[in-house]
Amino acid sequence: MLVHIDGPWSPLLGRLALSEIPYKNPILVGTFVFAMLVGVVLVGLATYLGAWRTLWRDWLTSVDHKKIGIMYILIGLVMLFRGFIDAVMMRTQQALAVGPRSSGYLHALHGYLTPYHFGQIYTAHGTIMILFAATPLLVGIMNILVPLQIGARDMAYPYLNAVSLWLTAAGAALVMASLFIGNFAHAGWFGIVPVMELPYSPGVGVDYWMWAFQLSSIGTTLGGINLLATIVKMRAPGMTWGRLPIFTWASLSANLISLTTFPVLTVTLALLALDRYVGTHFYTAGLGGNLMLYNDLFWIWGHPEVYFVILPAFGMISEIIPTFSEKPLFGYLGMVLASLGIAGVSWGVWLHHFFTMAAAPAVNAFFSITTMVVGIPTGVKVFNWAFTMFRGRLRFELPMMWASAALFLLLVGGLTGMMNAFATNDYMVHNSVFVVAHFHMMLLLIVYAIFGGVNYWFPKVFGFRLEQRYGKMFFWLFTAGTAVVFIPMFTLGFMGMTRRLDYVAFPQWGPLLDIEVAGIAIYALSVVFLLAQLYVSFRDRAQNRAGLDAWETSRNLEWMTHSPVPFYNFAVTPEIHARDERAWRVEHGVDTVRPERYEDIHMPRNTALPLGLGLLSFGLAFGLVWRIWWLASVCAAMIVVLIVIRSFDNDTDYTIPAQDVERMERDIRDVPSGRPVTGDVAGGVPAFREGV
Amino acid sequence: MSTATNGTLDAKRSPMWSAGYGHDAISTRTLGFWLYMLSDAMMFTALFVAYTVLGHAFNAAGGPWGATVAHPGVAFEETVWLFSSVLAYGLAMIALTKGHRGGVMLGITAALLIALGFLSVDIHEILHLFRMGATPERSGYLSAFFTLVFYHGLHVVAGIAWMLVMLIQVAFTGLTEKVVYRLLNLRLFWHFQAVMWVFMFTFLYLRGAIV
Repeated sequence: MLVHIDGPWSPLLGRLALSEIPYKNPILVGTFVFAMLVGVVLVGLATYLGAWRTLWRDWLTSVDHKKIGIMYILIGLVMLFRGFIDAVMMRTQQALAVGPRSSGYLHALHGYLTPYHFGQIYTAHGTIMILFAATPLLVGIMNILVPLQIGARDMAYPYLNAVSLWLTAAGAALVMASLFIGNFAHAGWFGIVPVMELPYSPGVGVDYWMWAFQLSSIGTTLGGINLLATIVKMRAPGMTWGRLPIFTWASLSANLISLTTFPVLTVTLALLALDRYVGTHFYTAGLGGNLMLYNDLFWIWGHPEVYFVILPAFGMISEIIPTFSEKPLFGYLGMVLASLGIAGVSWGVWLHHFFTMAAAPAVNAFFSITTMVVGIPTGVKVFNWAFTMFRGRLRFELPMMWASAALFLLLVGGLTGMMNAFATNDYMVHNSVFVVAHFHMMLLLIVYAIFGGVNYWFPKVFGFRLEQRYGKMFFWLFTAGTAVVFIPMFTLGFMGMTRRLDYVAFPQWGPLLDIEVAGIAIYALSVVFLLAQLYVSFRDRAQNRAGLDAWETSRNLEWMTHSPVPFYNFAVTPEIHARDERAWRVEHGVDTVRPERYEDIHMPRNTALPLGLGLLSFGLAFGLVWRIWWLASVCAAMIVVLIVIRSFDNDTDYTIPAQDVERMERDIRDVPSGRPVTGDVAGGVPAFREGV
Repeated sequence: MSTATNGTLDAKRSPMWSAGYGHDAISTRTLGFWLYMLSDAMMFTALFVAYTVLGHAFNAAGGPWGATVAHPGVAFEETVWLFSSVLAYGLAMIALTKGHRGGVMLGITAALLIALGFLSVDIHEILHLFRMGATPERSGYLSAFFTLVFYHGLHVVAGIAWMLVMLIQVAFTGLTEKVVYRLLNLRLFWHFQAVMWVFMFTFLYLRGAIV
């Protein structure tokens, strides 16, 4: 059954051999040394602080939705950095390799990256930014916020939540492993068949890409099930659909997308895997395969995925703008319908990714129109945000700055998207950097919303606000970088520059490419200010201590519990009376009413099994990549065994007695913001603690 | 929505914090399982799409196609096995509503044994096709055909394994809440794969034989 591959193979190590370690490439050796240094520093730091026990007990084995969310966000930030470094390399290569007389370094004819290496870099950049940066960051934020916004103790399935996290982590680890062991795919993040087929890509790169993608896909499907069930089943009493916070609505729409489309991706990749491993003919060029089948299946997932990442971003903007306009959100119902509308229409637009691939004019016209229809609900959202700000008391604090800048990006990205939606126009700009600049506007909008959201909810999770002076410098530099990189890119697109060029044949494009390098340098500089912001915030955390409501004009349920949030979220489940419950309570003067008596709290118990499942799925994928059959089969069998073992575990929950809840609640003194530290929150995220 | 307009509210009359609020574990679990089935149905859909796209004569690449591959007679026999197994599991669920532990175990054992009968016919048929040269590697059409057959077969194998686990749990821990929601979800799962089999029978075997 298995396809025979020429070349060395051993039963113990499969295709893995010393020659697969790229120790001759100075770029990768440098990266390896850097990664090892960071690793050594982190391990040393953990040992020095004696944090191993805490790390294991409170984080790695945790099923707490807030901690899982934070770990998701950490994965996302690390991968965001990795994807950014890829971007730096692409920009510098394109600026260096201009014209036939440009010099070459490190075995490259022009620039310093060989075409094969360059191909891996843009593939990794796309894969990482979509699946291992944007998705984990947003899933992490949804994980933290959704249970808090609906007044739940945790997700509907806390154990499954941890499994999703560790599957995503395994996928991210696989992408990272491909840096130093073997290589990565070189045919673009969305894959091109039959180039991705075994005869044309016999290396392990495509396998790394495929299995990392697959792990992340399964993790996100499970996460979607979890969030949907949480929103449907775990709402506090009185939380009707009409009172659901808008971010939760956005999460609901986004996860409807993930639930219905990620399985399609799983099948798409599984069929490619069958082609590569057992020699079937789904996407092959001969013997009855169909190349377009891959494109259609992939983009049936691929386009809804875009809305899966953008809807939570819209949700965050919809939470931030009312708070800093000191007004309720304008057009709540319109906003809800627009979110669901975007989720619905996301299903009918996938073909616009390949208008030029010889579909009949009627087909192109259909998808052209559906794509333009997306503009309607998006326009509704933009106007709702604008009307929310209209005659509001605007406060341009950091979250608001990120959110309002995101609107400008949405305008640029959305309008250029409408230009691409015309199939006739798309024939002109297809595969050009104009399209690249367009979707980077949209994805940067998401990044802006994420930075806004992180600044906005950071005090809720960690108990202190982020410092604003360095934060604003970071914001302005980041925005300058965005402008300086992408305005020339739009221009180059109109000048006819195609994407993914490892060598630029037209010297007249050189100056604009040099400007893009300047832009990426500004981005790099901005990272320094981000780190400074984090450092200063942590140093001065006592002064920046936040109370219940860190921004004083927040409106939703999550601002009614302590900052940082105790591990049981709400000591007593709140009764919901209105759409913006916190604002309603403030308005009626009942925001300080504390529960009269406490009750036992039922909580899920921590478990190491999800981490084990994550490690085993990494082993399974790694074994499959290198065709180490014993490793793959052992890991697959162990996964089944662990699942069965878990089903025999009846000790999965515990109860906190009412008097313990009362004691913990008594120890928490919610300070008015701006006042120095007073106390610690039991079981809260322990980044903040007096005297640490 | 609000009970007072003058800006003050009696917190005692309109409770701010809810006492004794809990969640129903069985219904939460069942909803999650429905959502899982939706995602699995999407996987089947994508496979049916692949089968439809690759279902033309030229996708058979000159190899076996149509009635030579799809045998509705055998598929009907498999249908009878599968539906009998679902029926037996349904009887186990009737015993569950009566709290009859022995009846549950008897029903599940019967469902399990009949499912094994289905598997033996299924495997026999697959091996028969392999012997006549119809293998997944032969053509795009056969790749899609066999992937669906194997994916459904995987569900049956998973169901059998799940039944074994449930037999042990019913025998040793009794009908606790956790065991009950697993039994109910297994019921959903077992019906789900049978529903998917209906589509397989219609599109792979009936329609496949007359093209």
